[in-house]
Amino acid sequence: MLVQILFGYFAFVIVFSSFMGITRKNIFHSLLWILLMFLHMGGIYLLLNAEFIAMVQIIVYAGAILVMFLFVLFLFNFKEEINEKIFLSSWQARLYTVLIILFIFILGLLSYEQKYKGPYTIDLIEKQGHTKTIGIALFNEYLLLLLVLGFMLLIPLIGVGLVHRRRQKNGNS
Amino acid sequence: MIELIIMFIKTAVVFGIVLAHVAYTTYAERKIIGRAQARMGPMEVGPHGLLQPIADFIKIFFKEDIVPMNAEKFIFQIAPLIILVFTMINLTVIPFERNFILADLNIGLLFILASASIAVYGIILAGWSSNSRYSFLGGIRSASQVLSYEIALGLSLAGVVLAAGSLSLRDIVIAQHNTALGIYAIPQIIGFIVFVISAFAETNRAPFDLPEAETELVAGYLTEYSAFRYALFFLAEYVAMYIMASLCALCFLGGWTIPKFITQILPFLEKVPGILWFAIKVYAFIFLYIWVRATLPRYRFDQLLNIGWKVLIPAGILNLLIVAFIKKFLAG
Repeated sequence: MLVQILFGYFAFVIVFSSFMGITRKNIFHSLLWILLMFLHMGGIYLLLNAEFIAMVQIIVYAGAILVMFLFVLFLFNFKEEINEKIFLSSWQARLYTVLIILFIFILGLLSYEQKYKGPYTIDLIEKQGHTKTIGIALFNEYLLLLLVLGFMLLIPLIGVGLVHRRRQKNGNS
Repeated sequence: MIELIIMFIKTAVVFGIVLAHVAYTTYAERKIIGRAQARMGPMEVGPHGLLQPIADFIKIFFKEDIVPMNAEKFIFQIAPLIILVFTMINLTVIPFERNFILADLNIGLLFILASASIAVYGIILAGWSSNSRYSFLGGIRSASQVLSYEIALGLSLAGVVLAAGSLSLRDIVIAQHNTALGIYAIPQIIGFIVFVISAFAETNRAPFDLPEAETELVAGYLTEYSAFRYALFFLAEYVAMYIMASLCALCFLGGWTIPKFITQILPFLEKVPGILWFAIKVYAFIFLYIWVRATLPRYRFDQLLNIGWKVLIPAGILNLLIVAFIKKFLAG
């Protein structure tokens, strides 16, 4: 019973705060709503007994990525750069975006299975510990994907360095 | 039901003890810095100024709570609460003794890192919502500083986690006790140094107290705060110091245990309750905080970021690699 109530609370806050996040005029306020959403998503993971992912969710999304966003807000003057034109202005673009999201959503629903059949059973996780199971799976089964992902994250880092170098060479703009 | 009440009492006791410690840490800080500068420190209130923290407390809570005219009122008011709540919450996962821990999470270390990363928002929001240039600059500085040093802190702790094979703070202490040296600070000396430096930067203390550098920013993100909201920030800063000190004691200095080779020579030391050892280690670290504040000048901001990114992070990675190498090839 408690689990249902908690889930209801988390789900409601996630939906509500993400709605508030995309409708606020003040970018700073929308960021704070999204922060609230990330924290509650951590709560959902906790309900699923996925405590490691819950903490990583909070550390990475709420603690690192959103702070980066805040930085961008601090360092640029958005009052001048944002005008009335909204990012997705044509109706085609909006339609396609909605369709893609719907497609992903349906894909997720179809791949959902009630009874999980595979090596990672509840018994195994209880015996081994959640974090250890994730670690072993990540660095054995999904090693290639992990490396590719790490490489992808390295590329923007190099890109930023290059932009900075070029700016320095051309004199500060 | 009874369990819940016991839990509640335990929590209240821990929080009460920590708050009392915070009050007298301010006194100790003024005394020690006073001595370091050949002054007496507070002497007027009570014998040797011992009642000074209480007098300060009464004074600050009876002051007027001022909100600047163009500030974002709601955010301005909750920012100190955010930072205080997310620092105090860390106390629940810290094991003070073998069997005295409020919530024995098996990811205690990650929990502390997570709530530390949320507590940053308190500072950023305080800086932004006060609608003052000084506060704003202090907030930006603090954000970039904490963000940079969190990586180094995490890397130095990753070495400990790897060596102990667990994220639970209690298991880390037990695993540490079972090694030959009894503390991780000696085999992982690089990680220990990285941890200590980043702990200073994470809590915005001297010599990295740039977010509130008096000579440049008046008081940084605290500039517009007054009365008890200011006191809440102060409280959060000192509680964060205690959290970092406990983390250092638990992860590098053996927590409530003392190394086995010492108890072999002096067996009567085993009778000493573990919480005493823990307290001694924490006090030593707090003393280091104050000592450093009294002696070292403040760094420039670019120096601060250079130390973080070009020295501490590579050193943290090096430490992690060494630990991984030892674990794989030497320890079997």
